[in-house]
Amino acid sequence: MTDYIQDLATIRGIMEKRTKFISLSGLSGILAGIYALIGAYLAYRTIYFSDNTIYSAYRNGIWSPEIIKLLVIGFSVLILASLTGLILSMRKAKKLGQNFWNPSALRMISSFLVPLTAGGIFVMILIWRGQATYVAPALLLFYGVAVYTAGNFTFSDVKTLGILEIILGLLAALYPGKGLLFWTIGFGGLHILYGAIMYFKYER
Amino acid sequence: MKKRFLDLDKILDNRIRLSMLSILMIEDMVGFKEIKASLELTDGNLASHVKALEKAEYITVYKSFVGKKPHTEFKITPLGKKAFNDHLKKLESLISQHRK
Repeated sequence: MTDYIQDLATIRGIMEKRTKFISLSGLSGILAGIYALIGAYLAYRTIYFSDNTIYSAYRNGIWSPEIIKLLVIGFSVLILASLTGLILSMRKAKKLGQNFWNPSALRMISSFLVPLTAGGIFVMILIWRGQATYVAPALLLFYGVAVYTAGNFTFSDVKTLGILEIILGLLAALYPGKGLLFWTIGFGGLHILYGAIMYFKYER
Repeated sequence: MKKRFLDLDKILDNRIRLSMLSILMIEDMVGFKEIKASLELTDGNLASHVKALEKAEYITVYKSFVGKKPHTEFKITPLGKKAFNDHLKKLESLISQHRK
């Protein structure tokens, strides 16, 4: 009888390995959160300690130095976090003896990038149309949707992270002007919390 | 000795062949090398199991050339899918009966 139970366990293991991307690194979540916190601090200084307030900067045209600086900070955080995630996950895949570019990884990446790209373009349009108040909620919302859909192809904990980001995005929309605060909680705090949970749950 | 249950599919009552079908249930076409690597088998070992599955018409074997190298791929047949699902159901009912 134990043979048959073992048979079922083997099938289950194979199916999980083939349909789930289990190399996602928890440590990279923590680092992404730290980058976001540094980014948030730099953004805070740009917004509150520059000679121009962000709102007067707006009057000076959309692409004022402050706006450009915020965009550069945002994109730097995004690129740094993505690169760290990619490198650490590839390392973890190697350690687990799993092929990094397996079909579930590709499905996960595409289901993450499509909503995220839509959100990125939408945010650029918001800035261009002078609706900067809704940049933070929109980023959190689209990011949450991207994380949630990507979560279908990896640990289910990722879906919880997605839902929390979506809730934060909606709250941020309810409290306009507190965007940076929600941004810090969503991209900084939640990532560090999620990364730590993943690290202790699956990597230790 | 493993106690044999008469109504179990003899071809699938083998962990390697069962594992091969599990992979083919998820992915459409899988190459010889990939199955060999993921199940940690030798060429000869895998080839003999392939033969058994092919003879039962559970899988179709596609042979082609990539450049000058032969490239073998497998695909599960509808019969193979049915056999796999039936086998799983039997395993489940055997286990649940045993637990009663």
